[in-house]
Amino acid sequence: MENSSIIKIKDLVKRFPVGKTEFTALKGIVADFGTGEFAGLVGPSGSGKTTLLNIIGSLDYPSEGEVTVLGKSVSSLSHKQSAFLRNHHIGFIFQTYNLLPVYTVFENVEFALLLQNLTGQQRRKAVMDALEWVGLTDKIKSKPAMLSGGECQRVAIARSMVKRPEIVLADEPTANLDSANSHHILQTMKKLNGELGTTFIFATHDEKVMKYLDRIISLRDGKIEKDVITGDLKNKNHVSN
Amino acid sequence: MLAIKLAFKNLLGAGLRTWLNVSVLSFAFVIIVFYNGMIDGWNRQSRIDVKDWETGAGQFWLPGYDRFDPYTIQDSHAPMSDEILSEVDKKELLPILMVQATAYPQGRLQGVILKGVDPGQTILKLPTDRLIPSDNVDYAIIGERMAEASKIGVGDNLLIRWRDKNGTFDAREVQIASVFKCDVPTADKGQIYLRLDVLQNMMGLENEATILVAGNDFKMRNLGKWEFKSNNFLLADIDKIIQAKKAGGSIMEGLLLIIALIAIFDTQVLSIFRRQKEIGTYIALGMTRPQVVGIFTVEGGAHSILATILGAAYGIPLLLLIDKVGIPMKAATATDLPIAEKIFPYYSLGLIIITVAMVVLSATIVSYLPARKISKMKPTDALKGKLS
Repeated sequence: MENSSIIKIKDLVKRFPVGKTEFTALKGIVADFGTGEFAGLVGPSGSGKTTLLNIIGSLDYPSEGEVTVLGKSVSSLSHKQSAFLRNHHIGFIFQTYNLLPVYTVFENVEFALLLQNLTGQQRRKAVMDALEWVGLTDKIKSKPAMLSGGECQRVAIARSMVKRPEIVLADEPTANLDSANSHHILQTMKKLNGELGTTFIFATHDEKVMKYLDRIISLRDGKIEKDVITGDLKNKNHVSN
Repeated sequence: MLAIKLAFKNLLGAGLRTWLNVSVLSFAFVIIVFYNGMIDGWNRQSRIDVKDWETGAGQFWLPGYDRFDPYTIQDSHAPMSDEILSEVDKKELLPILMVQATAYPQGRLQGVILKGVDPGQTILKLPTDRLIPSDNVDYAIIGERMAEASKIGVGDNLLIRWRDKNGTFDAREVQIASVFKCDVPTADKGQIYLRLDVLQNMMGLENEATILVAGNDFKMRNLGKWEFKSNNFLLADIDKIIQAKKAGGSIMEGLLLIIALIAIFDTQVLSIFRRQKEIGTYIALGMTRPQVVGIFTVEGGAHSILATILGAAYGIPLLLLIDKVGIPMKAATATDLPIAEKIFPYYSLGLIIITVAMVVLSATIVSYLPARKISKMKPTDALKGKLS
């Protein structure tokens, strides 16, 4: 597994307007993430986990500092360029799954590929591969309302992985799941991380997730409190600040 | 293409909400087509009737003649040239002599216009063949409206009084030979038709006429002092009345359409607020904001496509049925407008295309207006459903 840095965060500050004042959510964050990392941003509510994840995913922009994803500065990307980055290189997994309710499992997973110029046959193969990774090939015609929470999250994982992105950003992916389902989806993601070399970055305060992480970045009040390498990553040439 | 596919998928997935909007819009759509079809049908029908009963392929008037001013009739007559008489013989021109007169139906007094026409004419639908020559009696034909107003019928005698070319009053009784039914009030109300030669004799105006009605095969040319008046001129008043009716009807159509569009607008506003997470997800999955705005705009506009399909499903059989049986117009004889007792709507391709385009365009515009809000959304707020 290569360990080149694909995300570089330098002196990141993020402020949000609150009435006439400003709230600083991130204060001088510095971190790098390498290819194939299975890392987590952990910390209490309001510590800045989701904000950091959103900026890495180019859903939001830094107030100060620089975030470079796959060699591109997030601040300098146009709406169109950031949409392209998300569509081709970044997968998202949300706490509430965010599946599109009127679409079937197949269509939900296929959605990201519709924005790419792939043929129907290419899309079908990619979707079936993704659904096979998460063990849902028998549910392709089901709609999200017919699935359990665990199954919904597996569909969300398949949707994030179907385009084979370099980075997957997962925001509290297990928060709505029971213990068994949480372990199941974490094992699935860990497997995909190992097989495809995808970088996974979690925002979580779930201890079950932490057990799977190779790197834990603890945030508190918008600052990095600790950046700890655990598990497999100790044996890798880890890229860090 | 993607926006259309996704929009229809979302729209059909929304179920009852979509079909309620589509039903209202389809109703407006069918009503607009029906109402305009009725007006166009009436327009066509009245133009044909007026041509058949009164104006032919156009008329030649003498200078000074004004059909709306009875005082001009008395002096508007002139001898017909040989050229005109030759056309009259060929049934290409129909001379009509007009005289202001007074009729005395059942002792009452009624102002009328006497019209002398050739009994063998074929240009107008008037049943002039009933004006048979007789040494003992002068026959006349009148329309149903005239008959009803005067309380006279076939076989009744009617006393008429007029002034001849020298201004001398004269009177005589005519017998009603036929009461015809026509949808053109101006060819009926207050009109008594006599043989041309009889009226010329009564007036002392041998070989003279007031107007000349052209037949369809008449080769247009200059006829001296007779001025040609085309049907565009002669039917201008009907056109204006129909345009006024159309304008009045468009208010009703507009209201119906506005109700349907407000329903779509409301649905779209509600959709955008209810589906913030979905919008955020689209952006997270790599859609640009204009693409998302496009989905929602097309989605709203697609209501009109579904409304067209639904409207066609029940509207086509319904409108075809109406086209076959017609709409009875009970008050037709009580008005001065040329309205048949039954109006048969006329649905032109242009009408359908314009109506569909209007409905689609307006539905798309009202869908775009709330969808513009999406372009101002922060994706992070949309994902949390935090927008107010």
